[in-house]
Amino acid sequence: MSERPRFVRAQRMTIVNGILLVVAVIIVLQLWLLTATMNAWLGGDARIVWPAALASLGCLALNLGLLRYLYRLE
Amino acid sequence: MIQRDEQLPVGDERGSAPPDGRPLAAQPKWRRDFPIDWPHDEWVSRREFTRFLVLTSGALAVGQLWIAAKSLLGASAPAAPELQVAKVDELPVGRARTFHYPAGSPPRILVRTAAGFVAYDQQCTHLLCPVIPAVEQGRLYCPCHEGWFDLETGRPLAGPPQRPLPKIRLKVVEGRVFATGIEEQAR
Repeated sequence: MSERPRFVRAQRMTIVNGILLVVAVIIVLQLWLLTATMNAWLGGDARIVWPAALASLGCLALNLGLLRYLYRLE
Repeated sequence: MIQRDEQLPVGDERGSAPPDGRPLAAQPKWRRDFPIDWPHDEWVSRREFTRFLVLTSGALAVGQLWIAAKSLLGASAPAAPELQVAKVDELPVGRARTFHYPAGSPPRILVRTAAGFVAYDQQCTHLLCPVIPAVEQGRLYCPCHEGWFDLETGRPLAGPPQRPLPKIRLKVVEGRVFATGIEEQAR
């Protein structure tokens, strides 16, 4: 007896659309973070450089986790 | 070859309906000749687009790390040695001269005010035009886009510049003016 898939196709499409939207929002956030950090750094304020880098890495980790989840849906 | 029932509704698990939702028989010949599993095609294309976006996210994170690394390297750069840039006698109050500190750097401007000497990067922080001292007004003026800076602090006062002029630290010893460093904000 074959194992029944966890999600039907329509559900998987909803999931991929939702994840796509979340990833896009996170990228806009990262882009804003990069712009703001560059502006502050060029203005002589280096205090936020490392916290911003860690936040951006956190966003990347979240995106990678979401992508991994997508690939495991098949 | 994909097995399909031409009467199946869109999104049905057992078959695949073209994007317009009409049965296969109503589709153009090219679609009937080259049938595709449409929902699966859509699933794969969106998944791959998500992967591309994650790559973009990685590029942005790398850019952020690059700024952090540059910030570390900049902080550990050795300070430039002291350099004599003028003699007190040769620069009357209200006059200015340019110099390079450290050697090979963009031009800096040394201004003598009633209160003493001040020195800044001569390039406007907007689009790098050379600034001109307006000592009577206590300001530095960029004629390109009507930018104004405070002569005592280098802070932008008016016009397009948003960042202060990098300030050069000075000291006066035995009638000679030395540049001793660039203030942290200038990096």
